[in-house]
Amino acid sequence: MDTWIHNDHCLMSLTAQVCLAQQHCKAGRLTGSEVTSSGRMITFILMVNRQGQTRLCRYYQPLKLSQRTALETDAVRCCLSRGRDQCSFVEYKDFKLVFRQYAALYIVAGVTDDENELSVYELLQNFVEVLDKYFSRVSELDIMFNLDRVHLILDEMVQNGHIVETNRSSVLAPLTALDKMANG
Amino acid sequence: MALKIVKGSIDRMFDKNLQDLVRGIRNHKEDEAKYISTCIDEIKQELKQDNIAVKANAVCKLTYLQMLGYDVSWAAFNIVEVMSSSKFTYKRIGYLAASQCFHESTDVIMLTTNQIRKDLSSPNQYDTGVALTGLSCFVTPDLARDLANDIMTLMSHTKPYIRKKAVLIMYKVFLKYPESLRPAFPRLKEKLEDPDPGVQSAAVNVICELARRNPKNYLSLAPLFFKLMTSSTNNWVLIKIIKLFGALTPLEPRLGKKLIEPLTNLIHSTSAMSLLYECVNTVIAVLISLSSGMPNHSASIQLCVQKLRILIEDSDQNLKYLGLLAMSKILKTHPKSVQSHKDLILQCLDDKDESIRLRALDLLYGMVSKKNLMEIVKKLMLHVDKAEGTTYRDELLTKIIDICSQSNYQYITNFEWYISILVELTRLEGTRHGHLIASQMLDVAIRVKAIRVFAVAQMATLLDNAHLLTGNMQRNGICEVLYAAAWICGEFSEHLENPLQTLEAMLRPKVATLPGHIQAVYVQNAAKLFATVLKSQEGNTDSTTAQETIQLMIDRLPLFVQSANLEVQERASCILQLVKYIQKLQQKDVAVAEEVIALFAGELNPVAPKAQKKVPVPEGLDLDTWINEPPSESESEDEQPKAIFAKEEPKHSRPRHTEVDEKELARRREARKQEQANNPFYIKASPSSQKVYQDTPGVEHIPVVQIDLTVPLKVPGLPMSDQYVKLEEERRQKERAEKKKEKKKRKEKRSGRGKKHDSGPESEEDITPAHMVDIVTEEMPENALPSDDDDKDPNDPHKALDIDLDNLVEMARRRPLADSEKLPVKSHRATEALKSPDGEAESTSQEAKKKSGKEKKEKKKDKDRDKKKSKDEKKKKKHKHEDKGLDLLGNQSDDAVNQSEGPSEVAAPPTSTAAEVTDLDFWLSNAPVPSNAQEAVTVAAAPVPEVASGSPPNSEPEESPKETETEESKSSKPKKKKQKKDKEEKEKKKKKKHHHHHHHHHHHHSDGGGEGSVQNGTVEEEEEPLPPMSNYCLLAENSYIKMMMEDADQVCDIQGNLQDGSQVVVSVIFENKCESFLKSMEFNVLDSLNSKLQRPEGAGPHDGLTVPFQLPPGVSNEARFVFSVQSIVMPQKLKGTLTFIVKNEESSTHEKLDFKLHFTCTSYLITTPCYSDAFAKLLECGDLKGSSVKLEGVNMPFHHLLARICFHHHFSVVERIDSCASMYSRSVQGHHVCLLVKTCGQTVSMDAKCDEPALLGNVLDEIKQTFSQC
Repeated sequence: MDTWIHNDHCLMSLTAQVCLAQQHCKAGRLTGSEVTSSGRMITFILMVNRQGQTRLCRYYQPLKLSQRTALETDAVRCCLSRGRDQCSFVEYKDFKLVFRQYAALYIVAGVTDDENELSVYELLQNFVEVLDKYFSRVSELDIMFNLDRVHLILDEMVQNGHIVETNRSSVLAPLTALDKMANG
Repeated sequence: MALKIVKGSIDRMFDKNLQDLVRGIRNHKEDEAKYISTCIDEIKQELKQDNIAVKANAVCKLTYLQMLGYDVSWAAFNIVEVMSSSKFTYKRIGYLAASQCFHESTDVIMLTTNQIRKDLSSPNQYDTGVALTGLSCFVTPDLARDLANDIMTLMSHTKPYIRKKAVLIMYKVFLKYPESLRPAFPRLKEKLEDPDPGVQSAAVNVICELARRNPKNYLSLAPLFFKLMTSSTNNWVLIKIIKLFGALTPLEPRLGKKLIEPLTNLIHSTSAMSLLYECVNTVIAVLISLSSGMPNHSASIQLCVQKLRILIEDSDQNLKYLGLLAMSKILKTHPKSVQSHKDLILQCLDDKDESIRLRALDLLYGMVSKKNLMEIVKKLMLHVDKAEGTTYRDELLTKIIDICSQSNYQYITNFEWYISILVELTRLEGTRHGHLIASQMLDVAIRVKAIRVFAVAQMATLLDNAHLLTGNMQRNGICEVLYAAAWICGEFSEHLENPLQTLEAMLRPKVATLPGHIQAVYVQNAAKLFATVLKSQEGNTDSTTAQETIQLMIDRLPLFVQSANLEVQERASCILQLVKYIQKLQQKDVAVAEEVIALFAGELNPVAPKAQKKVPVPEGLDLDTWINEPPSESESEDEQPKAIFAKEEPKHSRPRHTEVDEKELARRREARKQEQANNPFYIKASPSSQKVYQDTPGVEHIPVVQIDLTVPLKVPGLPMSDQYVKLEEERRQKERAEKKKEKKKRKEKRSGRGKKHDSGPESEEDITPAHMVDIVTEEMPENALPSDDDDKDPNDPHKALDIDLDNLVEMARRRPLADSEKLPVKSHRATEALKSPDGEAESTSQEAKKKSGKEKKEKKKDKDRDKKKSKDEKKKKKHKHEDKGLDLLGNQSDDAVNQSEGPSEVAAPPTSTAAEVTDLDFWLSNAPVPSNAQEAVTVAAAPVPEVASGSPPNSEPEESPKETETEESKSSKPKKKKQKKDKEEKEKKKKKKHHHHHHHHHHHHSDGGGEGSVQNGTVEEEEEPLPPMSNYCLLAENSYIKMMMEDADQVCDIQGNLQDGSQVVVSVIFENKCESFLKSMEFNVLDSLNSKLQRPEGAGPHDGLTVPFQLPPGVSNEARFVFSVQSIVMPQKLKGTLTFIVKNEESSTHEKLDFKLHFTCTSYLITTPCYSDAFAKLLECGDLKGSSVKLEGVNMPFHHLLARICFHHHFSVVERIDSCASMYSRSVQGHHVCLLVKTCGQTVSMDAKCDEPALLGNVLDEIKQTFSQC
């Protein structure tokens, strides 16, 4: 059933190309050239607000700019349409969206089908906790104004779409060093 | 200058920074685009300045804009500039921008190579870190190739922070540059045991990822991962490892058995849901892979199902969802255990969350049985009525049909019920699955003969009430069923009660509003009905009915003749003419019914979906060439045939399986529109909320009166499925009662006092289908097999990574790390490492080749030395799998070169795959397991060093404490000598060896070459076991000691300097034959001009070498001696002496043994693999001189022959075709030796070519001698 749904959606949206190619990889047929088929991993992490504005995006697979925008809009729509009483995993094309809502901010991770959804769900919480520690009570504005730092934190935690570090203080170590450098 | 700097900083003060930009955008909500474009202009100005701080600021802002969706690729060069700033603050901004904006086709990336390399080797760990992170986002194949070596070095960096990142990025490098995998793998493997948990987890991540794609190559790492799994406390790492095991178990069922216990323990103990979930998943995977041979894991399954039930019952929707997801995996293999939770799953159908409902539906699919099908479907039908939103309802509909039609309608006992379900489904408003229902109707009617009467009646009613279905054209999805109805009524018109009435229904003017393809079917089937009516009226004296029918046709058909649809038009006019002609004949009283019927005679059988593919393409037909020029894109869609689903097996006829063609695209477009229409967040294109179906041919022109029907339609006169459920229940009841009666009768007959036996809940088999169901199978072309041939995708990037890493040594044996496989190294670095006078490349390759040659040898030697190996395996086992597996290649070649080796070294692992694999076997065979492992144990247990047969097992001082087990087996198994002279024991030994051989044969058949021709592998991999071979020959013997020499087994040319002579390593086994202790052994050889024993520095030319061990009674040990040789074209003999002290309780005596070392020319040859193309080139070049030899009376299979040549004479098979093989070897000094071996009966002819005729002659003589001996 799944494959069918995906197939269906794939052709529907602009982001189709990548997904379609991946799909074909799975099906054992053809594939476009440039697309790296994903492993078991996180394919992207997004932060979006209720208005659908992107606050942070990080892709672990190459994606064209236009595809990114389309994907982001789609993903936001998926997550916004979910209520509190619905689960935080959405099947979307051939991957899954794992999301968490913090006030008006949604953090969305796209993961491949066989990634452990719960662990990614935990990771998002962990990520927010780290941000919270660094910015002491993080807000949407903090993220916007310090995009580079947020990226630095994220890069410490996730690289290549794999979780590398979850210890809060070791995640913040480079950043603290950087701040010292800037001050001193 | 100073002014400029000041100016720069002032400028900066007035520049906007990121915060200002963000604020600005927020303040310009109404004209955001305009504001941003002015910002971009400013940024462009800033980028033109020289001040790096300004540039960095600009790039930082660009990153933000890029996130908002603006294209900033024009600034790529500036980003590179900022990346190369020396200040970390700016550098990281540059790298961040690069990681966000760069992709493989960004051309400035090639400019970055040197900068990145510099950053990678920066003393500041954060510089390196940021470079690694950035690189992981934009690495290209070029970058990967150029930087692979640098990153590999970083994998051993002193800072864990760097190591961790380097290890992770290696995965990306592997993907982009697969050649790097082999050289980097040993180090990667090392990192699995890194002291830092972060690095360890990174390595686990990478290997898991690699292994998931090509699991078989990583099987040998299982013990290591097992250790990690039992020791690690990091849940993230555990999850990864457990996932990896999930991928490995299908390949090695024994692994699964070993895993079950720790996994179930984890399930019991862990509090982390994510880990629990992963464990359950893997246990399921393991059990699936075990399901064939191991029925006794029901406890584990029960545990999993229980845990999952807890998850599903949890109020957390996430857990519920995952529980259902995992449950569906169990379902595949253990449907019974899941079925008992039917209640829970049906409950989930009511969940608020659609994705949970869909998961539950998926589960239901697998849970149905003959018994509960009707009940489940009934529940689902209720949900269909309740469902809000078309998507979910359509999903339900497809699910119902899937459930019912699965495995060839296996679970349907009553097809009348099924047909009525299908008919009920036609009431669904706005479904887009009309064609699905239709194809089911067709399929059932065609394939279940018994149901036709009923189906035809139902379809006739449906046709009669067609106006209800088609009343609202918006719902045209459902009118597809009319297609099926019309066809069924026509095709099986003999079953119709009132064909005339149906005919009338089919010719109503309203039909003309249906889609063209349906009309076409109507017309065609009207003709069939017409024929039936004629036939029934034929004998009738009163011909009015017939005439009326004819008149009806003539009246109504012209409507269709005018149809816009060509197909309809054509059929209608054809049939109209026919009817008119019949009318004429009829008026002349000619009986025509038979002929008219004959038009439609013959059964139409279902065709298998794959049938078309299986029809062989006739010769000379090229399907790929265009017959006409390809049609232009603008071709109207109306021309496309709308439905192609007739007469296909339902499961495969679903659109999901069909190729994506124009029609499919159209359908999907339509589906998307529909979905968007339902999506509140989608801004609709048309102001009206009505769905517009543009691509339905012929419909859009017709003015349609909207009928708003809010209440689901009941088609009057149609039976409800419920009543069939009841009927079926009754029928079963009756059947059961009858059976019981019968049973009772039988019982009573058998034993009068028999107790009443309640048969309990009826079992599956008890339910007999209501009809004699004759499910017609589909037709296939002759000789076609219904097999699936799914071709693998050749473009999968991971395919390139399918490299046999099982053991790199093993690989080196097969194929050395060729030049091209060495990671590219900048030359100045390389020279530091290698102090070769020759070019770096050459030495690398030679080293590689040398290794390979050695490995090959070593592997063969293993066979002779299995006792040693096994000893060592024993040790490994004892050490609780601490064994790290293989040594690095480098270490190993050092070992070989070291001329003196202590006892421990001799016993050191012969690092070949055989060892590695048996090692895995050992690890796996802790539990009592099949013969394979048993065998391994036997092999292992068999023997300690070579002891003269019959001599009592004396304990060795150094070994005995560790080796109690060995001792036991020693006493139970008489030790065998490898020497051929022990004839009576040879048999047994042979057996043992055979086993052993099988053993690794078994594990490696997967990576062997092709079938007919074997390339660059040793033949032994492919064919039946070979007789044991040994290269050891007796050197000298006396009452005290026996010396056996392997004829110059290790040949190395370390210097690669051919004029200075080459080295030959000789292995000598010393065996103590007496009851006394042997010590102070000294080995000495009289040097000749040509060959010299290599002595330690400072020793005179006549000093002996001390043998680095002592020999207790009955023990043997091996030592190696290195000789340097000048000329290798002639065989040589060296005289030598061994002096030693024999010590027993009473006395000690000096003894001496003389021997002669014989260096054959063969011993100067190194087994070197060669590819056939290189081989061909070599032969073509013409520098080689030929010679040939004929052997008569060789009585052995060809592959034995080849194996012997390979083994004794160090050749490798280049290619083998039937009874002909080309072989290759290379001398220490680089002479090529090519051999063409042909066999014919008992005659073997060998044509040989070599650039050194003297060498060739000698080698051929030696080969001849080898075969004359046997």
